[in-house]
Amino acid sequence: MSAQPGTIAPSLIQEQRSRRDARHERLFRWLLKGCALLVLASLLGAAGATLWGGRSAFATFGWHFLVSTTWDPGNDVYGALVPVYGTIATSLIALLIAVPVSFGIALYLSEVAPAWLRTPVASAIELLAGIPSIIYGMWGLFIFAPFFANHIKPWLTNNLGDQPDDGKLSWVAQHVPFVGKLFGSSYPFGASILVAGIVLAIMIIPFISSVMREVFQTVPTRLKESAYALGSSTWEVSWDIVLPYTRSAVIGGIFLGLGRALGETMAVTFVLGNAMQLSASLLDPGTSIASTIANQFSEASGLQKSSLMALAFLLFVVTFFVLLIARFMLRQLAKKEGS
Amino acid sequence: MSTIYLRRRITNWLAMGLSMLATLIGLAFLAWILWETLRQGIGALNLKLFTRITANGGDGGLSNAMVGSLIINFIGIAIATPIGVLAGTWLAEYANRTKLGESIRFLNDILLSAPSIVMGLFVYTIIVLPTTVLTHGSTTFSGFAGGVALALIALPVIVRTTDEMLRLVPSTLREAALSLGVPQWKLTLQILIRAARSGIITGVLLALARISGETAPLLFTAFGNNYMTVNPIDKMSSLPQIIYQYANDPGDDMHALAWAGAFVVTMFVLLLSLSSRLVLSRNKVSHD
Amino acid sequence: MTDSTVATNPAQVAATSAVAPKLTVRDLHFYYNGFHALKGINMDIPEKKVTAIIGPSGCGKSTLLRIFNRIYAIYPKLEAKGEIVLDDENILDPGYSMNRLRSKVGMVFQKPVPFPMTIFENVAYGIRHHEKLSKADMTARVEQALRSAALWDEVKDKLKQNALGLSGGQQQRLCIARAIALKPEVLLLDEPTSALDPIATGRIEQLVEELKNEFTIVIVTHNMQQAARCSDLTAFMYMGELIEFDGTEKIFTKPGKKQTEDYITGRFG
Repeated sequence: MSAQPGTIAPSLIQEQRSRRDARHERLFRWLLKGCALLVLASLLGAAGATLWGGRSAFATFGWHFLVSTTWDPGNDVYGALVPVYGTIATSLIALLIAVPVSFGIALYLSEVAPAWLRTPVASAIELLAGIPSIIYGMWGLFIFAPFFANHIKPWLTNNLGDQPDDGKLSWVAQHVPFVGKLFGSSYPFGASILVAGIVLAIMIIPFISSVMREVFQTVPTRLKESAYALGSSTWEVSWDIVLPYTRSAVIGGIFLGLGRALGETMAVTFVLGNAMQLSASLLDPGTSIASTIANQFSEASGLQKSSLMALAFLLFVVTFFVLLIARFMLRQLAKKEGS
Repeated sequence: MSTIYLRRRITNWLAMGLSMLATLIGLAFLAWILWETLRQGIGALNLKLFTRITANGGDGGLSNAMVGSLIINFIGIAIATPIGVLAGTWLAEYANRTKLGESIRFLNDILLSAPSIVMGLFVYTIIVLPTTVLTHGSTTFSGFAGGVALALIALPVIVRTTDEMLRLVPSTLREAALSLGVPQWKLTLQILIRAARSGIITGVLLALARISGETAPLLFTAFGNNYMTVNPIDKMSSLPQIIYQYANDPGDDMHALAWAGAFVVTMFVLLLSLSSRLVLSRNKVSHD
Repeated sequence: MTDSTVATNPAQVAATSAVAPKLTVRDLHFYYNGFHALKGINMDIPEKKVTAIIGPSGCGKSTLLRIFNRIYAIYPKLEAKGEIVLDDENILDPGYSMNRLRSKVGMVFQKPVPFPMTIFENVAYGIRHHEKLSKADMTARVEQALRSAALWDEVKDKLKQNALGLSGGQQQRLCIARAIALKPEVLLLDEPTSALDPIATGRIEQLVEELKNEFTIVIVTHNMQQAARCSDLTAFMYMGELIEFDGTEKIFTKPGKKQTEDYITGRFG
């Protein structure tokens, strides 16, 4: 260990090495942490940027912005209610359709289908999730909306709506409240709130069903087997054992789908008709927050641009909380599994 | 007794039948959408698509949009990959089970499904608006801004897969390296990320698939350009943006071009998700 | 059962006093999440001998081994109290350089864990962190380590291939080569054959026999035959305490404690 001139004792080299390692380690940690904080920054930034951009709209209209149905670039007066209604209506229709269908798919794939069929069918359904939303939009615009206008809409307006072609109200339209209004329309084209809701539903089915399928598979086999041993049928096991066990995660999956539906732009923009009007009828065209922004932002300026930013802020905050609930619910099951 | 039994059996049959019907409905729509994209898209395919630019309108092609898409996607992935891999590494290796780590993991999951159009507006605010100062007020939409917007959408995908894949790496590998006196940062960069490489590549491919079809965030960032450009500070066209524009055009020839573009984008995305799956399955075989 | 009875056992003193102790453990306690896992361990581990630690699972034998190179310190909420003296210095002293400790004390784990790189790189990787060697020196050093680990003849033609392609037994010998390439003084083996078949196990045991000429070896094993076959001294642990520590032959033929005898004869554990 005695050092000759010019050589350094090994332990000293090791000391230096240790110090250098510690320095590099700190630098590395800061670099990684900085990158991780960018995730936080982009969420805060998106909320902050839209709030900042929308400040003059909020300042000018105050809370009237939320409840006003006026959207009048001519007089520079803007209210959010029509696009907000369109966003919520299309998303709710989407959920109404997507939740039972997704449940059915998840049930089929986890309990009913023969083993050899499960993986290919599940992959096919997941393929649906990979298709870009603009493709859904095009299909909706060119294929589904005309199909709807020719084959489904006439039946709906004549049998349920309050504006049938022959002027004779159906029994349902006369006696069941609201239905007549919901399905009454004299608008000749397919693009409408209902069609947008259907296209959205097809888009979110793969998301919801794959979450449901995954959580159904976390149910312990012994739990299911003991129910089968008592003579329960597949349906009874699913409804009485699987669903209660996974309830929070299933709700999480539904909210995840809702979050997607609320923020979706392209699939909706093509098939919503883009009419700034509030109509009770689901067969009339409407607009949504995302499609209003997509259609107007490039040509907008001043207060209109600010109002669009304010709309984006609303959308961001609402989807944030919906997704927050979704993730929270999904985590509940993960915790149960972990314990 | 037997009526109860019968009722239960009928309920069960009905439920099973409906679940099968739901699956058939899902598959039918998948088939319908893919079929139309194939039929209309292949019908519209021709050589002009790849040689002509969109300035030629209905008689033109999509070459500038394809080049633009490649450049914007490349910028997006080039920005999101290093940041996402490092952030995911932090979550898995340094912040696992810490409060800040858990919160960022949670928020990253939210960012994963945040509305992409808002991300576009965010990038518009932080890049397009400030740079107008440089040009004395004329708007500065650019392919670069589009790339940043797509990076924000790719980022959470890469963060999440990196995080998950690193957490799958057995802790014995960490112990083995540390017992040789290797410092943790070297262990992380040279061994753990390498061990999780295939999984991380899968994440990058999935992120690329995800952003390849994104339209909304590009509308106010890259904007669009009817001429060919490879300069990232120019306005730049992209396939999804052209599809959006042409589909809303009344002309039938424009619709054909939009279908052709849709076909190209769909094929690209499906091939990507297929190959990402292949990478992952090969990884599983070789690793254990 | 108390520590003093272990330390004053005349046979043990005889067995260990022949050579100077390499590692001296003094009143070592270990806690995780408040659980008292090791309760006052005292032992002298002699230089260039094979010391086996046996005992039923959960007795703390792996825990003890993992304190010798402080690998436990990478996990939170673990705490060691007491002294472990290696060459007159207490390695549990927070000021003791981790680099130095890890270059002096090598470790091989239960399951073979080759790094995801070539066979050559697996061995060279650790060396690079401690020494700057020329290419020729490095090649020689890697070869030497692989020869010492009795692996050279099997891999000399495929040094550039991925180490994950080796068989389990080869992988474990590669891990041993990786550890001894750093020229450590102490080699810790944590159940090194538990994931291997009998033939591969035999080769590793043979290797341990050869390596003890150069290294002080501590091996944890759940396999009593293995301890009997390849160790000079054997320590029996139970419920976090060191029950008996003596020459291997003595432990397996005339154990001094009832508990040791019960364990060895298979009456519990």
